[in-house]
Amino acid sequence: MIRFLIKGLLRDRSRSLLPLIVVAIGVMLAVFMRGYINGLVVDLIELTARFSSGHVKVMTKAYSDNIDQIPNDLSILDASKLKKELETAYPDMSWVNRIKFGGLIDVPDENGETRSQGSAIGFGIDLFSENTEEIENLNLQKSLVRGKIPNKPNEVLLSEKFSQKLKVNPGERVTLISSTMFGGMAIYNFTVAGTVRFGTEGLDRGTIIADITDVQMALDMPDAAGEILGFFKSGYYSDEGAEPVLAKFEQDFSNSEDEYAPVMLRLRDQEGMGLYVDLANSMSCIVTLIFMIAMSLVLWNAGLLGGLRRYGEIGIRIAIGEEKRHIYSSMIIESMAIGIIGTIVGTGIGLTFSWLMQTYGLDISEFTQGQTSGIMMPNVVKARITPPDFYIGFIPGAISTVAGTMLSGIGIFKRKTAQLFKELEA
Amino acid sequence: MENNMIITTEKLTKRFPMGKTEFTALKGIDLKLGMGEFAGLIGPSGSGKTTLLNIVGSLDTPTEGKALVLNQSIGNLNAKQAARLRKEQLGFIFQSYNLLQVHTVFENVEFPLLLLKYSTTERKKMVMDALDWVGLTDKAKQKPSQLSGGECQRVAIARAMVKKPSLVLADEPTANLDAANSHNILQTMEKLNQELKTTFLFATHDEKVIGYLKRKIFLKDGMLDKDEIL
Repeated sequence: MIRFLIKGLLRDRSRSLLPLIVVAIGVMLAVFMRGYINGLVVDLIELTARFSSGHVKVMTKAYSDNIDQIPNDLSILDASKLKKELETAYPDMSWVNRIKFGGLIDVPDENGETRSQGSAIGFGIDLFSENTEEIENLNLQKSLVRGKIPNKPNEVLLSEKFSQKLKVNPGERVTLISSTMFGGMAIYNFTVAGTVRFGTEGLDRGTIIADITDVQMALDMPDAAGEILGFFKSGYYSDEGAEPVLAKFEQDFSNSEDEYAPVMLRLRDQEGMGLYVDLANSMSCIVTLIFMIAMSLVLWNAGLLGGLRRYGEIGIRIAIGEEKRHIYSSMIIESMAIGIIGTIVGTGIGLTFSWLMQTYGLDISEFTQGQTSGIMMPNVVKARITPPDFYIGFIPGAISTVAGTMLSGIGIFKRKTAQLFKELEA
Repeated sequence: MENNMIITTEKLTKRFPMGKTEFTALKGIDLKLGMGEFAGLIGPSGSGKTTLLNIVGSLDTPTEGKALVLNQSIGNLNAKQAARLRKEQLGFIFQSYNLLQVHTVFENVEFPLLLLKYSTTERKKMVMDALDWVGLTDKAKQKPSQLSGGECQRVAIARAMVKKPSLVLADEPTANLDAANSHNILQTMEKLNQELKTTFLFATHDEKVIGYLKRKIFLKDGMLDKDEIL
C-alpha cells in the first residue's frame, strides 16, 4: 500500500513536484528575507557602533558624566597602557583609542589671512598603524571622494560637503583652532589629503579626521584618549556578549571614588541606543512574523488546494472501501513529506543566498552616492545568518502545508460519504 | 429464501434537508434482491435510483425504514463497518470510470486487493484473471489516458470484480459510451454474472442497459412503481 501511495505521489507532479517547488520557494524567501532584514537592522546599529559607540566604550567616569560636551580635559591618561590591559583581559575583542574633538577649521589664503572658516567635529583615530582596523571601521576607503587616505603625519580628511563649503581642495593647508587638554588655545596646521562622503547629514556637514597621534600633538594630549572603543571580533553587538565583559570590567577596573577611574558603557547604554537595539530586535521579529504569516497563508492555501483537488480520488478510494481515517492520515503523511523535503530544500537555498549576501553583500553605494540623509546607511547591505534561520522555515514550510492539508482533509469527515461520491461524479 | 437475499429493504425512506424544508427522495421502498440477479433500477432523473444505490452501497444511510445488505443493516453500521462492507463485499462501477489516472491499468485493478492485504503473488494472479475477464491483459501496463472510453470502463469493471464481490453496483455505466462499447461492456457484465454468480444492480435509464436486465425495478417519484422479473 505504501509503495502504491509513493508511486502515485511521484507520478502525479501536481501532487508532488509542484507543491514541493511552492514550499521550497516560500521557505527560501522566508529564510532569505529574515537573514536580509536581520542583516540590515544589525548593520544600522553596527554603523553607529563603528563611528561612535563601539560595542563597549571605556572612558573616565568624569568624561562619561559630561560626554555631550566632549570634555577632553577629562580624558584617559596612559591610554596605550589601559588599551594593552584591555587587550589582555579581553582577547576576543579588539580595542581602539579615539579622540573626539570640536574646533574651528580655518583656511588661509596665500597671504595667510583667513579665506574661509567653519566649525567642525573631529575624530582622532589610528590611521597609520600597520594593522589598523579604523579605516575599515569608518569605511573611509569607500567613502573617499577626492584625494587619498592620509599616510603621513599632519594629513587629514575633510568631509566633501565641508571642503566645498570651505572651498578647500586636497593638497591645501587648513588650520585647526581648538583648545588643548589643559584649557589652552590649540592652533595646528594640517594638509588636506582627501575628502570623504558618509551620506549622513550629521557627519557630512563638517567633519575632520586625523591620525590620533597628530590630534594628541595638536591638543596637547600625549598618550591620552577620550575614549577606548571595544569591538567583538564577531563583528556584531549583542547584550548577551556585552554583559559578561561589563561585569568583568567592573570587577577589575571599577573605582567609585576616583572620578578619573575608567568606566565601561555597553552600546545599549549610550546615546539612547538601548531603544534602537530593542526596536531593532522587535522590528526584525515583527517583519519576520509578518513574512512568516504571509508565507504560511500561501503555503496553507497550497496545502488546502492540493487536498481539495484530490476529492475525486478520495471519493474513489472511499467507494472501494478504504477507511476515511486511513485516507486522511495518508494525505497528512504525504503533505508532511512534501513539507519537510520542501523546507529542507528551501532552507538550503535560502541559506545559500543569505550566505552569499552575508559574505559579499550588496553594494548600494552607487545608489546612495550624492544622497545625504539623517540616517546613517551602510554602503554595502549584508545579510546575517543566525541560528533561527536554520529552523524558522519549518513554520511556513512543514507546519502550514500540513495544516492546510489537515483543514482540507476535514472535509472528508464533515461531508457525508454520499456527498463525496456525488462530487466524484461531478 | 431470506438467506439467499442480497438486499432487503423495508419501508425505506430517505429525506434530504432543503433549506427549512425537506425533500423526500425515497418513500417507503420495499425491495428484495436475490443472489446472482442481474437487475436494474430504472427511472427518470429524480426518481430516487441513485439515492437507493447509495444506501445499498453503504455510502448513505436511510432516514426511516430498514436496508439490509448481505445481512448487515446499513442504518446501524458505523463508518468503519460500512467501509469494511464496501471493501470486502461490494464493487462499484461509475458513469465516468473514475480510474486513478497516475496509476497503470494493473495498479488500478490491484488497488482493492491492496486494501484487502493480499500477498503480491495472489494479487498478481487475481489482477491478471480480472483483466482476462474483460479482455485487457495486453493493456496491463498502460495508463488510463492511453485507453479508449470503452477500455476504461472495462478496467473499472475489472477493478470492481477483481475481489469477486457478492454485489456490484453500477450507476449509469454506459452513459459515456457509444452503442458498440455499451453492448460490449454489458455483455462482459452479463458473462461475469453468469460465470461468477455475482449480483449486479444497475441504476439507469439507458434503453441499451434495460435490454440486458433480467429484472427491471421501476422507480417513480421515490416510490416503487413496477417490478418486472423476466
